[in-house]
Amino acid sequence: MGKPSDLVQGTLDLLILKTIALEPKHGWAIAKRIQQISCDVLQVQQGSLYPALHRLEQKAWIKAKWAETETGRQAKFYSLTAAGRKQLEKEAANWGRLSSAINLVVETS
Amino acid sequence: MAWIHKLWIRLRSLFRRGRFAKELDSEIQFHLDELIAENVDAGMSPEEAKYAAMRGFGNSTWLKEETREAWGWMWLEQIGQDVRYGFRVLSNKPGFTAVVILTLALGIGANAAVFSVVNSVLLKPLNHPKAEELVALHQAAPGAAGLADFHNGLLLSPSMYFTYAEQNRTFQSVGVWITGTANVTGLAEPEQVRTAEVSDGVFQVLGTPPEVGRWLSAADQIPRGSETVMLSHGYWQRRFGGDRAVMGRNIVVDSRPREIVGVMPKGFRFVDADFDLIRPLAFDRGKLNLAGFGFHGIARLKPGATIAQANADINRMLPIWMDSWSNGPGQNSHIYEQWEITPMIRPLKQEVIGNVGELLWVVMGTIGLVMLIACANVTNLMLVRAEARQQELAVRTALGAGWTRIVRGLLVESVMLGLMGGAIGVGLACAGVRFLVTIGPANLPRLDEISIDARTLGFTLVVSVLSGLLFGLIPALKYAGPRPSLALRSAGRTISVSRERHRARNLLVVGQVAMALVLLVSAGLMIRTFEALRTVEPGFTDAQHLQLMRISIPYSVIQEPERVARTQHGVLDKLAAIPGMQSAGFVSEMPMEGFEPGWDEIFIEDKVYSADLIPPLRLYKYISPGFLQTAGTRLVAGREMTWSEVYSQQPVVMISENLARETWGTPSAAVGKHVREFSNMPWDEVIGVVQDVHEKGLQERAPEIVYWPPLVRSPFVPVVRTVTFVMRSERAGTEGFLNEVRQAVWSVNSTLPLASVRTMQEVYGKSLARTSFTLVMLGIAGAIALTLGIIGIYGVISYTVSQRQREIGIRLALGAQGGDVLQMVLRQGAKTALVGVAIGIAAALGLTELMRSLLFGVSPQDPLTLASVTALLILVALLASYIPARRAMRVDPAVALRYE
Repeated sequence: MGKPSDLVQGTLDLLILKTIALEPKHGWAIAKRIQQISCDVLQVQQGSLYPALHRLEQKAWIKAKWAETETGRQAKFYSLTAAGRKQLEKEAANWGRLSSAINLVVETS
Repeated sequence: MAWIHKLWIRLRSLFRRGRFAKELDSEIQFHLDELIAENVDAGMSPEEAKYAAMRGFGNSTWLKEETREAWGWMWLEQIGQDVRYGFRVLSNKPGFTAVVILTLALGIGANAAVFSVVNSVLLKPLNHPKAEELVALHQAAPGAAGLADFHNGLLLSPSMYFTYAEQNRTFQSVGVWITGTANVTGLAEPEQVRTAEVSDGVFQVLGTPPEVGRWLSAADQIPRGSETVMLSHGYWQRRFGGDRAVMGRNIVVDSRPREIVGVMPKGFRFVDADFDLIRPLAFDRGKLNLAGFGFHGIARLKPGATIAQANADINRMLPIWMDSWSNGPGQNSHIYEQWEITPMIRPLKQEVIGNVGELLWVVMGTIGLVMLIACANVTNLMLVRAEARQQELAVRTALGAGWTRIVRGLLVESVMLGLMGGAIGVGLACAGVRFLVTIGPANLPRLDEISIDARTLGFTLVVSVLSGLLFGLIPALKYAGPRPSLALRSAGRTISVSRERHRARNLLVVGQVAMALVLLVSAGLMIRTFEALRTVEPGFTDAQHLQLMRISIPYSVIQEPERVARTQHGVLDKLAAIPGMQSAGFVSEMPMEGFEPGWDEIFIEDKVYSADLIPPLRLYKYISPGFLQTAGTRLVAGREMTWSEVYSQQPVVMISENLARETWGTPSAAVGKHVREFSNMPWDEVIGVVQDVHEKGLQERAPEIVYWPPLVRSPFVPVVRTVTFVMRSERAGTEGFLNEVRQAVWSVNSTLPLASVRTMQEVYGKSLARTSFTLVMLGIAGAIALTLGIIGIYGVISYTVSQRQREIGIRLALGAQGGDVLQMVLRQGAKTALVGVAIGIAAALGLTELMRSLLFGVSPQDPLTLASVTALLILVALLASYIPARRAMRVDPAVALRYE
């Protein structure tokens, strides 16, 4: 589906899809989660999350719903669609192949 | 399914952009608030926390734009912005905008109008079911001298029709038809109506169902069978008020009652012929021979059959035709092989359009050139505008607009101009089409079908957008192209203007001059054609004082040939008594009147003919004594016949000068010689030789003609029953005169209707209609082109002068004389014009070849026309440069240099 995304953009897409795979999250929570899990290694400029989120929404991989947060404010919660779940599997597999290949190259030479 | 969902998302983001934008704002605000809260928790002051959060988040305006772009409608939003911006810019300069829109509206309107004519006449299929299968059975016969001379080629004979209809392998159906006239009596006044006579098969070929009743069927074609007739829609409305009960009623046509069986719908024609009544031809098979080539053949091809196959099929059938029929016992049926009859079947549409196609394409091309010239002028205006807007563009570039965005903005502006011009142009075209239809040549086919339809509107839209792109692209690329900007340098006041910056404008003017030259040369060639036609002696004189009318005396009214002639003679005597009548006579048909003349083999005394060598066909006419003098046709040698010779059936005949010269060398040598129509008839003595007459129009060669007296000893046509009466009088065409003429005719026989009442001038004018129509169209186009060209040259030269004011000031300060400056500017104008003229001449030499068929007596490369148009254009160019040159001469060096 669609054109193959370039590495950086594709990686951000993968991170977003993976982050909301378990439960719907709003933009702020997605940014926090990515930061936490990667132990602050992946420092995404937080704003650049939003163009990516809207692009994924246009591709119908994620959908959004306004809901209340635990602090009682209205926020937009993103969750995976069926197509998004498939895309996640594909991109995860791709990533796995790519990283192990790079590992292989880096370690053997 | 997935794509529907995606489409839904896309459309939602298009139509709810406003709400989406608000949601995005609150989404980002929420994120920032959370970030600030976190920072405050980490111990920052609220102020510090806010700035840290904004830093951490990034440029939110830019990010919002990025996000909106992700919705995929950014291009549309930007074009919307461009359109709004364009409107503001254009309404800021109402004068400029109005001039541009009007120029375009004129150009586009003229193009749309002419295109609607081209579309309706040339492009749209004929108004019959599956019209692409329809063909005209056209035949060439180079061996049949005069018969195939005119555009009809060799028409079909009835026996040919039967052979083709019964033996063919490539047609679904075949039919023949002719036009004629008939007298209808018993309704109101006796009336002469136009008829179409059709064989079986004609309706099956055309396929258009009747509006009421039924077609004429095979049963109606039985000779001396039931007498039936069909009506045209127009005649049905006019005479019977569209009453359906009229089916089955009888009307009296040529004194015979005929039953009305059907009505054909509005707009139905036989090829290009209009009619009132349709009668069956009802050929009597038993009496047919090979000859009688007088019928138009049409056919419907079998699905998939090609014209080449059909031609081969006719070729195969021609020998069958010659074997199956004869011209009588002892006659060689294969003499027609000498005629080299060659089938040249063509699409019926081509037959309908006739020779008007070339004319319309020439007019279309002309109007297209005018449009290009108009575009060139608008481009020039746009260039000047763009120059003035450089600062604005530089500011926009400095503020971060990409050059593609600026070019797009400029193009949106010019396309908007084009569309507005187009919108007004469609309105003009509607009026223009009405105008064209009224001034159009009377013989323009399918005139009633001309309308502005969807295709014309589409064409107009395309022309509008294309012209917008055309005149917008040059300034846009020139001033907004990617280049290290001149930036905000102060308006270039002190920059002397380089040659390079004028190149585009000069090129445009060169193009304009070249195109104007082509148009003026075409118009000039038409003027020369008109002049050449005026010098042709048509074979009659003083056409506006010649009154014509047609009178037919049917067999049912008067049977005996001699009584017919005496009645016609009686009418002449009554006419001669009308006050102001100089003389009167009659003839079987006047030149250019549009009635088919007769052709026959004419045998010449002392020439040896064998069964295999048939004499060439000659056109023949019947004339009354006194006709030649009335029409103003000169007698070259010998004398006219007299009424006593007519009644006593003296074997006398007159011939045309060219026939006399061809046969006996000189006109006077022909007098006293003999000719005859059939090999078994007595000889007729040539008593007079008559000036050549341009029978089919001034552009056509005058044919060789034989003039019989109205009463002849022929077994076939002993007397000519339908004739054109010709009267010479100063009062011709006036109402009072015509009333007296009618009374004179009815005092002889009250049942005779008068038809085709008109002056010879009307007939003559119609034959010139094509030429004068082309002349008017090209004249208008040439005048517009010349005007636009003058404006173009004037604009460029005066703009250059205003830009070079300081330079001229310096020259004058350094001692140049006013005359030098004048010369310098004039030289520039002349140079531009000369280059344009040179290119124009080259183009004209090629392009005018396309209008060769419209010309007469002048070569498409006529040196006189070329030279005078060239001189005119150079003179006009010098005049147009003279005004700005005078201004340049008067530049005050002190004023010009004050600001340096």
